[in-house]
Amino acid sequence: MADFGTFSLLLALCLSLYAIIASLTGVSLGKRRVTASGERAALAATAAAILALGALLYLMLADDFATAHVANNSSRTLPLLYKISAIWGGHDGSMLLWVFFTALLSGLAIVQNRRRCRDMMPWVVVVLMVNLAFFLALNLFLSNPFNQLVRITPDGATAPFVPADGQGLNPLLQYWAMVIHPPILYLGFIGFVVPFAFTIAALVTRQQGNDWVRIVRRWTLGTWLLLGIGIILGGKWAYVVLGWGGYWGWDPVENASLVPWLVGTALLHSIIVQERRGMLKTWNVVLVTLTYLLGIFGTFLTRSGLVNSVHAFADSNLGRFFLYYMAFVLAGALLLVADRQSFLASKRRLDSMLSRESAFLFNNLVLVAAAFAVFWGTLFPALSEWLRGTKISVGPLFFDRINIPIGLLLLALTGIGPLLAWHKTSPAALRRSFRWPGVVALLALAALLAGGMRNFTVTVCLTLCAFVLATIVQEFAAGAAVRMRHRGEPPPAALARLVGRNPRRYGGYIVHLGVVIMFVGFVGNAFNREATLRLETGETGRVGAYTLRLVDFLEGRKANYAYGRTLLEVTRDDKPLCTLAPEKRIFNSGGQTTTTVGLHSTPKEDLYVVFTGIAGNACEIKAHVNPLVFWLWFGSGILVLGTLMTLIPGSRPREARS
Amino acid sequence: MGARVKFWIGGLVIVAALGWLAFVAFEESKAYYITVDEFTSRGGDTEGKRFKLAGDVVAGSIDRSRPQLEFVIASPQSSIRVRYAGRDIIPDTFREGSKALVEGTVAPDGVFEASRIEAKCASKYEAEYDGRTS
Repeated sequence: MADFGTFSLLLALCLSLYAIIASLTGVSLGKRRVTASGERAALAATAAAILALGALLYLMLADDFATAHVANNSSRTLPLLYKISAIWGGHDGSMLLWVFFTALLSGLAIVQNRRRCRDMMPWVVVVLMVNLAFFLALNLFLSNPFNQLVRITPDGATAPFVPADGQGLNPLLQYWAMVIHPPILYLGFIGFVVPFAFTIAALVTRQQGNDWVRIVRRWTLGTWLLLGIGIILGGKWAYVVLGWGGYWGWDPVENASLVPWLVGTALLHSIIVQERRGMLKTWNVVLVTLTYLLGIFGTFLTRSGLVNSVHAFADSNLGRFFLYYMAFVLAGALLLVADRQSFLASKRRLDSMLSRESAFLFNNLVLVAAAFAVFWGTLFPALSEWLRGTKISVGPLFFDRINIPIGLLLLALTGIGPLLAWHKTSPAALRRSFRWPGVVALLALAALLAGGMRNFTVTVCLTLCAFVLATIVQEFAAGAAVRMRHRGEPPPAALARLVGRNPRRYGGYIVHLGVVIMFVGFVGNAFNREATLRLETGETGRVGAYTLRLVDFLEGRKANYAYGRTLLEVTRDDKPLCTLAPEKRIFNSGGQTTTTVGLHSTPKEDLYVVFTGIAGNACEIKAHVNPLVFWLWFGSGILVLGTLMTLIPGSRPREARS
Repeated sequence: MGARVKFWIGGLVIVAALGWLAFVAFEESKAYYITVDEFTSRGGDTEGKRFKLAGDVVAGSIDRSRPQLEFVIASPQSSIRVRYAGRDIIPDTFREGSKALVEGTVAPDGVFEASRIEAKCASKYEAEYDGRTS
């Protein structure tokens, strides 16, 4: 079965190469039959990649420990779900998962559009298959998950080696969010290849029209959504499983996923400007290219050890190939853009600073600046070593300092943008639309100051949250009021029909609502409190309004780990609240420890308790009070909901009058 | 003045402000990212600078009996005692023998006082096997 897997990968590689050659030949000879065979080869490559993943799945379920990847990441006693997720529990298998999704999305994009976009299709196939062939080659030649274990016999020859049992899956990965986090994140990186392929195809064939905008918008939106969910799940995993007290640490791996998400967010906004006003075409092409490259860069960063290890610049072969490929794509795309300048030129200019276009431009500027800052900070160790020979790294402080003002600016634009009209906003309209949100913001500010809030950043952030919230309510209310007046509908029906008629627009406002709620969650960070308690049985310690009493300390042994568990009785303001049982586990194989966090979560704050170890006769407990974290998860749920609404096909927006 | 000009001026102001902010934040949080060996070979040139040291946590050196966690990290040739004075909980990937990054400054008593500890991330966890792969 392992040979079958390797063979499937090789077959997929050959088919993708054939698809590239056939498409190029067919286009240059003008023979539709040849390009059609290229399309079919691309679909066959997809099928072969699916078979390869199927082969690894079979090996996992069959406990085939002769295969190195299975032996290193699975074991006989591992539950079924984790045997499946062990496919992406190690490097080689996760590269296969990447290839599988790349093939799947490529095939889907081809099937979906091959009738509608005949002219673009050969070039779409070329780009998708170049991308697929690159990753297939890496997977096959540098990180093949079907490699067999061998042992070296005393006389120096090699012989097959089959261990009695596998090493098992890293216990830290045995958590539901970690089962689905890599696949979702991968889809969120890979999906950006489809907009890129259609962009290149549209440029090469000088394709005008709405097909390009429609495909780019929908695929970017879907991919952006998955990437966002992936990022949130990663945060959830960090919070609940890694147990260090927070959900985001500006780790290079986290940053690598945030950067394409930020650029994708910019693209989703600027593409609206192109759709409505025919502006920013070159800029959009640049953003599409960047999201694609940054998605690849995300895997590159996590796979090459570029940043995480000291002195490892392009250390692995894998890293070097990634760099070559990204340079090739970037150079090709830029040359094409330069050559098509007249085609991309926009006929319209920015008319007024007080226009929707201008708000979108600032939104793009700020989002790209944020992406650049995170990118730069993440890569700085590698860059400084390359340029000056010393590796200098920047810590979370750097990222906080720069991203907090950027975040506030974005939040303000979230409110201001929808209040401005396309083209130009008259002073009267401006007064009308800003009146109520302005009043609400001032009231919120007064309430915060009266309530004793003295933290500047928090005050600004919450005031802006109130402002944006008011603009969103105003949009819904004004739209519903028009329907009530003209059609005599009752309020709930008016609201429902309003949203149903234009899910794109109102879904967008729901996304903004989710973002506002998430900002409320971020604010909580300013008020985090923590205490290190060393308690013997019966003793108590305090953190914030909570009193923790160590009732008992239990030690025990389960099938594959030993555990130490503390039982803590929690009272809040002298009233009994709950019992928490934070736990430390030490796994038999490799001595890996894991933490089970004791968590009492309310909308107001989380009590987050970790048992960190034994200190003399006492148990060391780290207790954190993290206010408002609940709203981060809740807001991201709303964001997902809103994005799904915008994906509902609705009536096309009209071209704005100019 | 045209709207385009205004946009560019506004944009430049924002970018300049963010650039200045980035510079200040950078100066405040920069740390020399080196191995323990390189750190010791610097001799006295360590005062007032932030470092991010990479090394292996020495087996048996983790000491929880003091008010703050202490341990020793080492590169092939040299080692240094580290005291953890940070707020975050130490990650589970931190343990004896693991690769760790400690960020902080040298305290007056010569111990390296770390405000942050990173340990090898789980997503890059690769088990070592006795056999070789073909």
